[in-house]
Amino acid sequence: MPKNIFELSSPGRKGFTLPTCEIDTPLEQFIPAKYHRKSIAKLPELSELDVMRHFIALSHLNHFIEKGLYPLGSCTMKYNPKLHEALVRHSCFGNIHPYQPESTLQGALELLYELQSDLAEISGMANVTLQPVAGAQGEFTGLKIIEAYHKAKGNTHKKKIIMPDSAHGTNPASCTLAGFDVVELKSNSEGRVDLEALRAVIDDNVAGFMLTNPNTLGLFETQIVEISELIHSVDGLIYMDGANLNALLGIVQPGKIGFDILHFNLHKTFTTPHGGGGPGCGPVGVVDKLLPYLPVPMIAKNDGGYFFDYRNEATSIGKVHSFYGNFAIMVRAYIYIKMLGAKGLRRVSENAIINANYLMKKLEPYYNIQHKEYCMHEFVADGTKQKKLNGVSTLDIAKRLLDKGYHAPTVYFPLIIPEAMMIEPTETESKQSLDAFAEAMIAIADECEKDPEMLHEAPLTTPVRRVDDVRAVKVLDPRFEIKD
Amino acid sequence: MPYISNTDAERLEMLKLIGVKDFDELIQAVPPQLRIKGDLKLDDPKSELEITRKIQEKTCRNVCSQSANSFLGAGVYDHFIPAAVDTIVSRPEFFTAYTPYQAEVSQGTLQYIYEFQTMICELTGMEIANASMYDGASAVAEAILMAVRKNRLKKAILPATMHPDFVKVIRTYTEGTGIELVFAPEKDGLIDLGALEAMMDETIGSVVMQSPNFYGNLEDGFEMDRIVHAGGKALLIACVDPIGLAILNAPAEYNADIVVGEGQALGNNINMGGPLFGFFASKLDMARQMPGRIVGGTLDKEGKRAYALTLQAREQHIRRDKSTSNICSNQALCTLAATVYMSLMGRQGMVEVASQSAKKAHWLASEICKLDGFTMAHPNAPYFREFVVNTPIPAATIIERCQVRGIYPGTDMARFGKPNQLMIAVTEKKDRELLSDLITALKEVSHA
Repeated sequence: MPKNIFELSSPGRKGFTLPTCEIDTPLEQFIPAKYHRKSIAKLPELSELDVMRHFIALSHLNHFIEKGLYPLGSCTMKYNPKLHEALVRHSCFGNIHPYQPESTLQGALELLYELQSDLAEISGMANVTLQPVAGAQGEFTGLKIIEAYHKAKGNTHKKKIIMPDSAHGTNPASCTLAGFDVVELKSNSEGRVDLEALRAVIDDNVAGFMLTNPNTLGLFETQIVEISELIHSVDGLIYMDGANLNALLGIVQPGKIGFDILHFNLHKTFTTPHGGGGPGCGPVGVVDKLLPYLPVPMIAKNDGGYFFDYRNEATSIGKVHSFYGNFAIMVRAYIYIKMLGAKGLRRVSENAIINANYLMKKLEPYYNIQHKEYCMHEFVADGTKQKKLNGVSTLDIAKRLLDKGYHAPTVYFPLIIPEAMMIEPTETESKQSLDAFAEAMIAIADECEKDPEMLHEAPLTTPVRRVDDVRAVKVLDPRFEIKD
Repeated sequence: MPYISNTDAERLEMLKLIGVKDFDELIQAVPPQLRIKGDLKLDDPKSELEITRKIQEKTCRNVCSQSANSFLGAGVYDHFIPAAVDTIVSRPEFFTAYTPYQAEVSQGTLQYIYEFQTMICELTGMEIANASMYDGASAVAEAILMAVRKNRLKKAILPATMHPDFVKVIRTYTEGTGIELVFAPEKDGLIDLGALEAMMDETIGSVVMQSPNFYGNLEDGFEMDRIVHAGGKALLIACVDPIGLAILNAPAEYNADIVVGEGQALGNNINMGGPLFGFFASKLDMARQMPGRIVGGTLDKEGKRAYALTLQAREQHIRRDKSTSNICSNQALCTLAATVYMSLMGRQGMVEVASQSAKKAHWLASEICKLDGFTMAHPNAPYFREFVVNTPIPAATIIERCQVRGIYPGTDMARFGKPNQLMIAVTEKKDRELLSDLITALKEVSHA
């Protein structure tokens, strides 16, 4: 591993230039000494070239989309167009302040207004807030809206949120944060919501139901109409986790088939970059009856132009971000939607679904696939066969894929499939790249039989060998101790 | 179609291999009555050139701080960003990478996060920092929730001097969870310490201070320490400015338990207020209660230095409804910008940026107060790089008149209920000429 930035530091070295300050008065005359820090923060001292070499060296240690396929299920690691990066860096996006007069922000506000409208159309919802900055914050926002809806009706006893056991971890975590109790529902043998089990837990305390559709097995929840009737019969609301929306563009509008609330992950479906973990953007769409509860401000338009709309402040759940959310991420998603249009977005979902089914078909002879029907944009294979016959785990298979130039699939999730490998190729991968990935997976299946020991050792060729994450917990080392 | 590689012929070939006659057969699980009839109602597709023109048409209708002389702050600040920052941040190796769960092919991301955590620990004086929160506001909210996990006391004191929009976010996060928020009143632009002291009892779980506070004024951390830590188990949460930390007390000096703040000023553009990032640090004994990702140093199987996400048993993907937070995506790329920025500026550069900003702000304040009708709103409060002045006429009028001169003179405090106040932020980017232009403008436009 490269030395860390502190080990590269050399006293007195400088990587910056600043204008000279024309004010000679010592700082102590402005700010009393009591408020001054006692010792200097030991930040590193390097030249610009030192800094560049260091971060370039680090960059070489990463897997990234342009290097190779990222089959991460439910993460939608599609190609991120470079045009977005070029346009978002315009100074009149990058250097505008949220408190500028609205008359000097009209271009930005118009863009947000159009994006709200386009996302509402795509999802079939009445309107969309762009403020939540991540999927999980979108979930939290949606749950607060559920809370506000019931509170307005005086139904404060409604504290139960139901979700299937295949739900993403953020779903139950968001419920806890929003003050709800989670009721987890066992999926049926098809991998879908078990209607009988659902009926058994329906009562007047139900506030809502959270569902990912297609679910994390890549299967469309065919009984959504029945689910919707059941939940709505006790005045519950149905929340759709939009993590898997890449399967539905131009095919299904969730707001038109029973869902009341939905969050988008612009960093998945609408191809804003993952950034090594963020920033994302998690807009939330709602049906008509929930409009009063959306966070403020919304972006609205009148004769004078576009403006930040606080009219619903009294009924709104409030704010979830210091300002208006991740604006620069919204710009990228806007460009994407405008470039593709209705036909392009539909094509995205079609090809995502075709790519997933194609890959599933190719892998089926080699890996167990529990739910064999046609999938939507992703599918779950598993390593149970290899585990049983060769003692090779899904983790071993995942690590071996790294050797072959691929990222691993999402592994050990959903929790209901043992040794799960959740695979989502996305529409931007070509047939040739899917063929190559399938060959790598097939070669690994062969290695499992012939050389299981080697698989326990994998990866062999990555910048570091298998990392000891148990040690990372036991011998906690969250920061470098800088010696001066 | 843009960004889709497969041709129609390849598509057909793939459908054939799958064993279906057309795409519709593939989505047979989607009941036909649930499908959209026809197309979505969206604009027609555009080429790169067309969309570029469309975007340019929009940017032309924004006026940015490169063309206007802006003194807006209120939580986000226009500090200089060296060109090398964007060169690194715009490398696909960083910006198209996923969350570093597969450590062996994510060492680049993991190592810079480790370096970032170390830098935050250095600035704050704390023992552990996480990989980031969404923004300063949610970081304060999560700090309050963490304090509750630590001491089980569900009452938190917020200062009336805190950013009002931070308070709104904190309310959203705490409402309905049984946490009671109470407010320490304000006196002359600072927390009323006497009143705070009278509010303290054994039911208080945490006390938040923001310094510089919303007005830019510096709260007295040592007095806060004395009051908050006097009795029971109350924790002191400090929300601080990372640029200010280069010259101002590290919160560890006044014994803060949890330290958070808005990190945008470190190498990130303002972007109309997002993306931002929150930093989050604490004493080590709270490591297992922290929200968010944490990177730790470890070894690979050959004993080589390596990094990995650590203490993951706190997080939603493992602990689900029992996790310390629901946060998954964070603001990683913004922290990369911050890490590169702090590496370039180094210890001297950070001090220089902070002192220049402070000096220029104080010089400007004294010049503005020489103008008729302008006075400091909080004459006895120390401040860093932002301050509030009383104006002779409504600030809205001043702002409107300055706008035609290409100047944003500051934040209209009418937004927060004080129409005759203007809040002015200054960074090292302001030279004598830009400062003088504001003074001249204020002088000339502030007639009735």
